[in-house]
Amino acid sequence: MGQGNCVLRWSFVSAILMTMKLRRHRRVAKDVRSLLLGLLFISPWIFGFFLFLAYPVFSNFHLGMTEYSGFGEPEWIGLKNYQELFHDSLFWTSLYNTFYYVILAVPLGVVVAIVLALAMNQRVREVSTYRALLYIPSIAPTFALSMMLIWILNPRYGLFNYILGFLHIPAINWLGDTRFSKLAIVLVAQFGAGQIALIFLAALRAIPSHLYDAASLDGAGAWRKFWYITLPLLTPTILYDIIIGVGLGLQVFVPAYIMTDGGPLNSTMFTALYIYKNAFEYGRVGFAAAVSGLLFLINATVAVITFWSSRYWVNYNLE
Amino acid sequence: MKGSNQATHSPVGRREISRQLVSRVFLVAMSLFYISPIYWMLVTALKSDHELSQFPPTLWSHGPVWSNFDQATKTFPFLTFLGNTILYAALVMAGSVLSNFVIAYGFSRIKWPGRDILFYPVVASIFIFIQFPVNPITMVPMFALFAKVGMVNSYLPLVVPTFFGNPFFVFLLRQFMLQIPADISEAARIDGANEFQIMYRIILPLARPALVVVALFAGVGAWNDFLGPLIYLHNDKLYTLSLGLTYFKTMHGIQFNLLMAASCLVVLPVVVVFLFFQRFFIEGITLGGGK
Repeated sequence: MGQGNCVLRWSFVSAILMTMKLRRHRRVAKDVRSLLLGLLFISPWIFGFFLFLAYPVFSNFHLGMTEYSGFGEPEWIGLKNYQELFHDSLFWTSLYNTFYYVILAVPLGVVVAIVLALAMNQRVREVSTYRALLYIPSIAPTFALSMMLIWILNPRYGLFNYILGFLHIPAINWLGDTRFSKLAIVLVAQFGAGQIALIFLAALRAIPSHLYDAASLDGAGAWRKFWYITLPLLTPTILYDIIIGVGLGLQVFVPAYIMTDGGPLNSTMFTALYIYKNAFEYGRVGFAAAVSGLLFLINATVAVITFWSSRYWVNYNLE
Repeated sequence: MKGSNQATHSPVGRREISRQLVSRVFLVAMSLFYISPIYWMLVTALKSDHELSQFPPTLWSHGPVWSNFDQATKTFPFLTFLGNTILYAALVMAGSVLSNFVIAYGFSRIKWPGRDILFYPVVASIFIFIQFPVNPITMVPMFALFAKVGMVNSYLPLVVPTFFGNPFFVFLLRQFMLQIPADISEAARIDGANEFQIMYRIILPLARPALVVVALFAGVGAWNDFLGPLIYLHNDKLYTLSLGLTYFKTMHGIQFNLLMAASCLVVLPVVVVFLFFQRFFIEGITLGGGK
């Protein structure tokens, strides 16, 4: 009797244990199945990430330690490329030019994009026409826009100097003067602001109107409303714009390649152009890889710092 | 409906009129500035050599020279390059729509452990590899790799990577597909449909607007690509229109009216596509920029 009871109890406990185990087993099995299924769907990305992003980033440092002309086999030379690089004044010039460009183009780009977005947000019946006109240059190919600007900025026949003439500004050789060549390239980028302006426009529209109504009741003018309501609520978009802008700015290539080819006197020799010339014109592939590796580190560092700084100035209150 | 109609017809206050006037002046001035390069492209394309060298420049062409277009298309093998560019854009569109749809599906429509953690690298990639797949950071090793496998001087290095996902498009499609209620998939699962059937039969039709956006961005991106063809295409039978424009830059300088005529032929298709699909472009950007 006692024994029977014990057996019964034991079998009861074990049955519970077994169903628990089975359930856990089934849940784990289900997790494993869904994991495999998920990985299957994203497998092209995993493959692409490793082959087209991770591999080249690491390969830059590996290839950067070789001497390689693009033909034959790379020859291992250790840190020689990096030593050469630090003594190469043109490398430092290219970094200086690139940072000059980024520091000028990125803040200006934010201001221009916000101004465009405010314009696109005006309550005028035909606003969609203006929106299209402001947006179109940003999808026009950069190479064509750059070619166009060579002509517009032409010192003798150009439209730009002609217009500046009305303001009594003497003719400027935009692309031929080291003082102005970088400005000309910054100008090209501003024609592409329509893209990001649309994102700002969406952010503007998401601001609840009751905030403005309340501010109006408190007697706030347009400027105060912009400064204390609009701008803080645009900060997430500003962060996005800065990070994208810094990435594009550090890698600026096409306008410089087409408009100035790095000149005059290397004043538009940006790092990306320097990489291109070394790898594909001078046959110094190993050296170019070393520069690309450094450019990646710089880009990643700036992006991380920008993200980290965002906690001090980006306002996420609306979410 | 009736009320709002009446509101627009009701006499507008004087302040409202002056506000709109200020807005319009501001908008017209900005629009003129922004459209000026494209306007100037058209005007310059129609100028004779003589008119081109006049200063002050004529603001519209007196006696448009339409034959500039004819001459421009004879300066370089226009039709071959046009065909190449269309083919390039079409392949990139196909690769982008196909791969990013499947990848974004895996990141949004299926629940699996680690999914959201694995999404971080996607977001991080957007910020650094904005120009994808060819950008100054990865171009040197990628070129060395493609050279090793003998793919340089073909479209393979430009097209193959687009079949393996583009972080920005994955992000955009995921945003869109997360908005589709999960119940729809759940109901189909209960009815015994497998994941591929759900993807193809249910989600694909619902995601079509977002896929159009991806196709448009990918196509315009390929059309506008300069760096990729510059690096990988070394045979003028393979050139794209972007490389074709460099034919006008010669030792003797640039013939701007012909260059601008050719530029018009490259830019106008993009503008026309935009005007046709304006809604998709604007919604797509707004979606891609979302938080």
